[in-house]
Amino acid sequence: MDVLKIATAGSVDDGKSTLIGRLLYDTKSLTTDKLEAIEKKSQQLGYDYLDFSLATDGLVAEREQGITIDVAHIYFSTANKSYIIADTPGHVEYTRNMVTGASTSQAAIVLIDARKGVIEQTNRHFFINNLLRIKTVIVAINKMDLVDFSEEKYNAIKSDFEALMSKRDYQDQNITFIPVSALKGDNVVNKSENTPWYQGETLLQHLEGIDKQDIYNTGTPRFPVQYVVRPKTEDFHDFRGYAGKVYGGELSVGDDIVVLPSQTKSKIKDIHFYDKKIETASRRSSVLITLEDDVNISRGDMIVKENDLPVIDKQFTATISWMDSQNLTPGSKYVVQHGVNKVLAKVDSIHHKINPDYSGIDEGGKSLTMNDIATVSFKLNKPIFYDAFKEHRTNGSFIIIDTQSNNTVGAGFIQ
Amino acid sequence: MLKIIDMKDTSKINPLENEAIYIMREVAAQFEKPVLLFSGGKDSITLVRLAQKAFYPAKIPFPLMHIDTGHNFPETIEFRDRLVKELGLELIVRNVQDSIDEGKVREESGRYASRNVLQTTTLLDAIEEFKFDACIGGARRDEEKARAKERIFSVRDDFGQWDEKNQRPELFDMLNGNIELGQNVRVFPISNWTELDVWSYIQKEQIEIPSIYFAHTRATFLRDGLIWSADDAVVYRDENEEVEERIVRFRTVGDMSCTAAVLSTASDIVSVVQEIRDSTISERGARIDDKRSEAAMEKRKQQGYF
Repeated sequence: MDVLKIATAGSVDDGKSTLIGRLLYDTKSLTTDKLEAIEKKSQQLGYDYLDFSLATDGLVAEREQGITIDVAHIYFSTANKSYIIADTPGHVEYTRNMVTGASTSQAAIVLIDARKGVIEQTNRHFFINNLLRIKTVIVAINKMDLVDFSEEKYNAIKSDFEALMSKRDYQDQNITFIPVSALKGDNVVNKSENTPWYQGETLLQHLEGIDKQDIYNTGTPRFPVQYVVRPKTEDFHDFRGYAGKVYGGELSVGDDIVVLPSQTKSKIKDIHFYDKKIETASRRSSVLITLEDDVNISRGDMIVKENDLPVIDKQFTATISWMDSQNLTPGSKYVVQHGVNKVLAKVDSIHHKINPDYSGIDEGGKSLTMNDIATVSFKLNKPIFYDAFKEHRTNGSFIIIDTQSNNTVGAGFIQ
Repeated sequence: MLKIIDMKDTSKINPLENEAIYIMREVAAQFEKPVLLFSGGKDSITLVRLAQKAFYPAKIPFPLMHIDTGHNFPETIEFRDRLVKELGLELIVRNVQDSIDEGKVREESGRYASRNVLQTTTLLDAIEEFKFDACIGGARRDEEKARAKERIFSVRDDFGQWDEKNQRPELFDMLNGNIELGQNVRVFPISNWTELDVWSYIQKEQIEIPSIYFAHTRATFLRDGLIWSADDAVVYRDENEEVEERIVRFRTVGDMSCTAAVLSTASDIVSVVQEIRDSTISERGARIDDKRSEAAMEKRKQQGYF
């Protein structure tokens, strides 16, 4: 079964909710009772259209203010794929929510209002999707009905966006442009007769065609040990299995491995998935591994292939997205959670802030406020085993936890 | 004996199952006293299978807890006791009736009386009694729009309350289980599953579920266009609400007093899955507890509900 997670990005009135509603409606994913509830509420509010945001803005405060505050997850499926859409807020101050939504997605839809074209918010949305190395980005140029389905208008926006693409750091991102009208349904699920000049796929056709093998950034296999399974029963008296998820590549029975941090060498004896044994564990599978030798392993250790070691170090420099109302300042201490590993960390220095709209960097930043993105160096109390984010999306990312509030206050991408 | 299967073909991997197993293991590793909230419904039965998979060949390293409203379908309770026995699990039961007898909550009365809201008090008392720091639940984001906003690790304060406007960001698959003493975390391993995903999984894994999920003959009556179980000890019924035998099944299983049946002849898992696939009504369309107001679920969650 294929599951594709998609993050949406667009400004407040670009029609994000309408687009999601249209996708649900045209794929017949909205059940009668939910549709009736939307009809009733829309009518009650005096709208002459169906306000699909009523289906996604799940909190009272959101409905009161008519805005999306927090990420909502919407589910629908077709015959060949299940889709999870993370509907992220469009306001500038919610950069942190966009980073959050994009972090678990393999694809992103960036909406542009055809009347307004590429605006500062578009730059931000694209910057964040590129920073998080989302493999597939679909630029949906929306509200085409309001510009008479003009091909010139579409091409002008497309070339403005392409100018932005030359500035991006992650060049391998697949980018597709689609002219749509979410309100009227043009090129969302069904091909539009209003855009004869557009030969490409509809939004849904494009999503359906994305190959699952393509959406994960591959790297070398990393196996962070989550939990040690020791049944201590008669049948499994001396059994010691290492439970975890395989990231980046495959692991097979017989592979020569190294356990970090001890650097002990061994071989994979068996790989279990529940009551079955398997030859090869693929990427993102949650398995149980046993080794040929008796090695002392605990949570937070990492099993890697012998000739594929990550960086083992007590310091690193990263691009971070700051998410807390309390400022981050040099010298302050936090917990860094890297995968399942938690270590104490000190902010060594803030190098510079990065303007997330491609307008350059700000050298003067001496402390970070909420929604800032910056390059920061950290020192750790013990070594972690990492890769650069651009080489390994999982093993190159971490979250920052406040030692007092226990809140997650930031996310980082190791350089 | 162990069977050898080929997992190299990634299309055979269920990403939702692998995610849920990962979450189960994070709970066991990050918390001292986790518990799995078990209702006897299909979602919590699925959780039990996922927990088995996460820790096999060891036993599930935490107990199950059932907050018994006393209004459960008898079939559910029978099923619960059999499952626990077969798997050798520890089961804790705490009763809403006790909370009523102790005067902590008052029984509702009238046509829509239910113990659904009352169970929050019993649950919070039990969490305090056992000092549970993580409670695993079977809620899914597709069920209801307030649930769509819920995190996988959702922090509750000393009073069991959910601060919906100030939730921790959850990035990649890193789960931050750091809490203060007195707080607890509600954990939702099948957050990203849909109703159909759960049913397909039950079918594929051949998981046994209570008989009320399949078509059967039942004494029922109609109210507000919904079909209710005619069990006068538990479900309020007006004299003019006539009892009639109908062939029904339950699509979701809560209390008898707040769960309506649907007309159905689906008597095995294959026809149930087909029925869900073709359905034009959402699962919670038959739950009166959600219909109390637009924000019914959000309000209950703020107070510490599951």
